[in-house]
Amino acid sequence: MTDPLVRITQVKKSFGSTLVLDGVDLDVPKGEVVVVIGPSGSGKTTLLRCINALETYDDGSIKVDGVEIGFRGEPGGPRKRRSDGELARIRADIGMVFQQFNLFPHLTAVENVMLGLTKVRGMPPAQAREKALHWLDRVGLSQKTANLPSQLSGGQQQRVGIARAVAMDPKVLLLDEITSALDPELVGEVLSVVRGLAAEGMTMVVVTHEMTFARDVGTQLVFMDHGHKIAEGPPNEILRRSDNERLRSFLSRIEFRQDG
Amino acid sequence: MNYHINFNFVWKYADKLYWGLVLSIELAFISILIGCVIGLALAVVYNDGHPWLKRVVSAYVEVVRNLPLLLLIYLIFYGIPSIGGFAFDATESFVLTLSLYAGAYLVEVFRAGLAAVSPGVIDAGKAIGLTAWQRFAYVRFPTMLRIVLPSLSNAFISLFKDTSLASVIAVPELTFGANWIKTNTFRAVEVWIVVAGVYLVVGWILLAALRLLERVLMPGRRT
Repeated sequence: MTDPLVRITQVKKSFGSTLVLDGVDLDVPKGEVVVVIGPSGSGKTTLLRCINALETYDDGSIKVDGVEIGFRGEPGGPRKRRSDGELARIRADIGMVFQQFNLFPHLTAVENVMLGLTKVRGMPPAQAREKALHWLDRVGLSQKTANLPSQLSGGQQQRVGIARAVAMDPKVLLLDEITSALDPELVGEVLSVVRGLAAEGMTMVVVTHEMTFARDVGTQLVFMDHGHKIAEGPPNEILRRSDNERLRSFLSRIEFRQDG
Repeated sequence: MNYHINFNFVWKYADKLYWGLVLSIELAFISILIGCVIGLALAVVYNDGHPWLKRVVSAYVEVVRNLPLLLLIYLIFYGIPSIGGFAFDATESFVLTLSLYAGAYLVEVFRAGLAAVSPGVIDAGKAIGLTAWQRFAYVRFPTMLRIVLPSLSNAFISLFKDTSLASVIAVPELTFGANWIKTNTFRAVEVWIVVAGVYLVVGWILLAALRLLERVLMPGRRT
C-alpha cells in the first residue's frame, strides 16, 4: 500500500495557553475527500490551516506527498522552521479556498486566477490567461472574467476562489467552510463545482457544516471536538452513529440549524 | 477710497510668476516623491519590523509632526550648515525639509493603509505560493494604494501649498516671485489676487488628476 498523500501524526498546537490541537492523526489518501466536522473551536480550521502552513504547529508531523510542511530536519532530531521561500514553494502545490473568499480586490476575476500562474509558476501571460479562462469557464463564470470581485455575488466570488486554487494544479485542495459566508440560495452553485472536482478525483480536505454535502461527497468523515479527533469513518456510518454523546449532540444541533 | 486696481504691473512681470510656478511644481513633485519613498519604507518597517525600529519611526513622526513647518525650514537651512559645516543652497535645503515633512505625514497614511489590508487576502497570497516580497508587490501594495488614494490626494495638495513657505529662505518659487513684484511695484492686492488664482487652479488640476487616477484604479466604486 502506498503512503497517503497527506499524513498528519500527533499534531499539537496551542494559542497561548489554549491547546487547540491535542495530538491529531489524520490520513488523506490520494483521490479521497476527507470531510472534517465539529463545533466551532474544535480546532478543525486550525488543522486545515496547518496543512499549508498558514498556521505553525508546535509538535508532531504533517507531510504532504512525503514533504514535512512546517519544519526541515530529521524526524525526532533537531528541527528548524522553514523559511518563507521554502514555504512558498510548498504552498504552491497545496490549494486553499477560504470562507471569506479572500479574492485580490484590485484584480479582475481572470487576473485573480492568473497571478499564481504567472508569478509562481512562471507561465507566460498568454498561456496563463488561457488556463485561467478555462477554469473560470469550468466554474461557470465565462461571462464574468473581466469583473472585479466587488462586482460579483458571493457565490461567484467563491467560484473564482476555487478556480484560483485549482488552476495551480494542486496535489491537494483545502476547503475552509467555503459556503458559510454565502446566502443560502448561493450555496448550491458553489457545492456543485466542488462535486465536479471530487468526481474527477481531486484530493480534498473539507471543513464544512453542510451535512448533506459531507455525506454525498465525503469518502471519509472526521468529527473533531476540543482539539481531538473523536470519530472517523464512512460518512453514512458516522452520521448515523449514536454511541458518542458529543457527536450526537453536535449532529442534533446541526440538524436544528438546518431546519431553522 | 482712491486706490485703483490695475493688473498691468502684474502682467509686466508675469515671467517671474511663470518661472516661480514651474519651480513650485518641481519642489512639490520632488519632495512628494522622496516623501513617498520615506513614508512607504518606514510604514513597512513600522508594520513588519522589530518593536525597537517601530519606536524609532514613531519618534520621527512625532517630532516632525509637532513642529511647525516654518520652524523646520529655518532649522535645516540655518542649523545644518552651522553645526555640520556643509552649506547647501536654499532650494536643496527646502527640498530636504519638505521631503522629511512629507515623509512623516505619509508614514501615517501608508501605515493605516497597510493595516487595513485584510489578513485574509494576504493568506490567499501565501496559499498560491507567493513569497513575502511578491505578496508585498502584487497584493499588499496595490490593495493598500487603493485604500489610501483619497487621503493621499489631500496630502499632495497640502504639500503643494506648503511650497509657498520656501519664499522665507529666498527660494524663487511662486510666492517669492509674487513678493518680488509686490516690492517692486507696490501692487500688493493685484499680485496676491493673481497668485491666489494660480494656486487655486493648480490645486484644482492636481485634485482632478488624482480623482481620475482613483477612478482608473477603482472602477465600479463611486465616491
